[in-house]
Amino acid sequence: MAIDFTVNGKATSSEAPPTTPLLWVIREDLKLTGTKFGCGTGLCGACMVHIDGKRAFSCQTQMSEMVGKSVTTIEGLSPDSSHPLQKAWLAEQVPQCGYCQSGQIMSAADLLKQNPKPTRNQIVEHMSTNICRCGTYQRIVRAIERATREA
Amino acid sequence: MNAAAFNRRQFTAGLGAVVVAFSLGPELARGQERLPGGLQNNRRLDAWIRINADGGATVFTGKVELGQGVLTALAQIAAEELDLPLSRIEMVSGDTGRTPDEGHTSGSVSIESSGTALRMAAAEVHSILLDLAANRLGTSPSDLTVASGVIAAPDGRKIGYGELVAALDLKREATAKVRPKAASNYKVVGQAVQRLDIPAKVTGGAAYVQDIRLPGMLHGRAVRPPRYGAKLESFDEVAARAMPGIVAIVRDGSFLGVIAEREEQAIKARAALSEGAKWSGGTELPDPEREYDHLLSLRSVDTVASEKQASPAPSGARVVEATYRKPYLAHASMGPSCALAEFRAGRFTIWSHTQGVFPLRLDLAKSLQVEPAAIRCIFAEGAGCYGRNGHDDVALDAALLARALPGRPVRVQWMRDDEFAWEPYGPAMVMKAQAAVADGRIVDWQYELWSGPHGVRPGVPDGSNLFASWSLDQPQKRPFARNIPLPAGGSDRNAIPGYDLPNHRIVNHFIPEMPIWVSSLRTLGGYANVFAVESFMDELASAAGVDPVAFRLAHLTDPRARAVIEAVAKKTGWKTGETGDGARGRGIAFARYKTLATYVAVVAEVEIDRASGMVHVPRATAAVDAGLIINPDGLTNQIEGGIVQSVSWTLKEEVRFDRRGILSRDWASYPILTMPEAPTVEVELINRPNERPLGAGEASQGPAAAAVANAFANATGKRIRDLPLNPARVKAALG
Repeated sequence: MAIDFTVNGKATSSEAPPTTPLLWVIREDLKLTGTKFGCGTGLCGACMVHIDGKRAFSCQTQMSEMVGKSVTTIEGLSPDSSHPLQKAWLAEQVPQCGYCQSGQIMSAADLLKQNPKPTRNQIVEHMSTNICRCGTYQRIVRAIERATREA
Repeated sequence: MNAAAFNRRQFTAGLGAVVVAFSLGPELARGQERLPGGLQNNRRLDAWIRINADGGATVFTGKVELGQGVLTALAQIAAEELDLPLSRIEMVSGDTGRTPDEGHTSGSVSIESSGTALRMAAAEVHSILLDLAANRLGTSPSDLTVASGVIAAPDGRKIGYGELVAALDLKREATAKVRPKAASNYKVVGQAVQRLDIPAKVTGGAAYVQDIRLPGMLHGRAVRPPRYGAKLESFDEVAARAMPGIVAIVRDGSFLGVIAEREEQAIKARAALSEGAKWSGGTELPDPEREYDHLLSLRSVDTVASEKQASPAPSGARVVEATYRKPYLAHASMGPSCALAEFRAGRFTIWSHTQGVFPLRLDLAKSLQVEPAAIRCIFAEGAGCYGRNGHDDVALDAALLARALPGRPVRVQWMRDDEFAWEPYGPAMVMKAQAAVADGRIVDWQYELWSGPHGVRPGVPDGSNLFASWSLDQPQKRPFARNIPLPAGGSDRNAIPGYDLPNHRIVNHFIPEMPIWVSSLRTLGGYANVFAVESFMDELASAAGVDPVAFRLAHLTDPRARAVIEAVAKKTGWKTGETGDGARGRGIAFARYKTLATYVAVVAEVEIDRASGMVHVPRATAAVDAGLIINPDGLTNQIEGGIVQSVSWTLKEEVRFDRRGILSRDWASYPILTMPEAPTVEVELINRPNERPLGAGEASQGPAAAAVANAFANATGKRIRDLPLNPARVKAALG
């Protein structure tokens, strides 16, 4: 049975079995490869998307939970890469390898939606769901602080 | 000091075989002049640079982007010498069909080797273009000026590079006789330009190897044995074939893999095949409780890395001994290793995030029993690898699967547990130091280290270093592991301190065969050796009753080494003789990476929660001299990231195993530093415009580790010599 939901504002229907993780539908069927497979267990944050406006691990979300839901991926965060966080990530030259950064940006965007002026501690606490092996953490914090100033 | 007792006699006992260093570079052909950097092995100008009809340039490099920003730095160098804006440079990197063979991208040498080649080649191409223009304009090259790829004569006539393309012949050997620009004239080099790879990385547009989607592509997964060397006896093919989407099941010896239409179908089939597979034999691992004793008992090839005896130590000198230990560390890439392969008309095309497309091709050719010319390896950026992780091995997985379905590309990405359990780790190491101090000086220094190989990569003559190839129907030989020769060194990298030590002996016990699969992790032996040497320097300073900064400076004459220590001490307001308060403290450490490259001094602060045993590093400050700086922000980013990764290694990381196999298989069993745990890092750069530019990707990890250990000792008066400084060790140390 097809599952109807919305991705980046577009109505979408998936024939994938209900137990399929959302991650594979996004990456394989919709070819939106900005969302990454990192661990498959919700421990790294590379697969982070928004579902109905809140961040969620797409590797831990089954398609059966997606009926009528609205998903935003990194590709849909802004129409033209102009989200304040994307601009701040560029200004601070955050990424090294960059593999975790889509997930980092999606987590940060979730924070700013709930709390447009977070403290440094609130930023760091919120972002603890997302790990980065290259060690770009302080640039991520700086970029989020910049986005809160420039938004 | 709790060091295991050892004296000079034991220290030298068992020394015998001395390995002759072998050359990694090809033999220099007779009559050829030595050319600088990477030009030596790829001598033609058109191997590096092509001027396009639109007046821009295409630059070819064998070095690859691993997230370190190297392609941007190389593009800056080429743009500078060609007088082109950075936006007119197209970079082509790591492709056996198109680029020069520059071996592996490793050891922080890309800027030195590829950068030097490009600087010299671009300067020469620039000069040839000027000659052509001068000829056409009937003037002298020295009268011409160039801006943004447009050459102008004094009378105002102009010629663009594009107009000269038809007459330009770069199919010639570089002479390296054209002087590149003086650093004082640089406009692009030295600027913190935005990295070329970053825009796509913040919009989901980056095409990592993990994201390549080819027409008709299928998804594969390999089924790994439960332990090293196990033989596949049987598996349940019928059950797996009945699963949805299965296209093929491939077995070759003990290699077992599955190909499916969709990725999640391949993942499920892998789990089912794994469940039903029967394995026999395999290697038992050492008892983890006695891991380091076992390490010392393994057969080693022993060499004296450096020895100097000026005068015997004076009587009454104070003798200090200490033993330091470093566990196996994982690369732990965020993105599990991935490759794509296509087998069509007898030829393979492989997309891989290998650090060396040419060496990988050699091992693939042996494993697949085809000629190297039948394989094209194309580099595609992947998640950061920090050395030789699974990137090479997954390429063979993909090729073995693709061979079963000619014409259909197969993509293989390892699962998280494969990535942790089957990557070759940075080896465990033991370092024993003994020294004597008198009147504030080190009068004798004895140091020996035990380590497995760090450079186990594809491309060596006597076998294949792709692990699946060892258990195929027609297995490949596992090559004899060799140490990377000094001065850069492998296991003995940075074992020779940069200090003035008139009496010293440094011995490397190189262990070719380790019970656990190991290879190159960022810094190779440098991290553990600098941790040991610089921890020991603080122990000696303490024994001599001298401040750690003053003690180091007293043993250093190299002005660049002194400058980074003095700079970091000044920046952090270091106070002579400062001590911590039981819960807080600061430590300093220094190293010149590989003893011949970038200088880094680090001051780290620690906060210790004595109840939980948790150590936190709130701040680290570094002073860095990497010679001529190409891109200051890229350099800073590498130092920041290197320190954060090192703090993670130093406080948290250790590959866990028992006798039956590897236990670290996910982020819960191999945790790394998270954002709340990460230090704030401040970096001061010392630019040396007249010195050669040096790499920085591996320069800060060793000093950061020792600075943390020294800060802990400064705070608590207790010394931890076994890595990592985890809560159990902290609580034991604090009693």
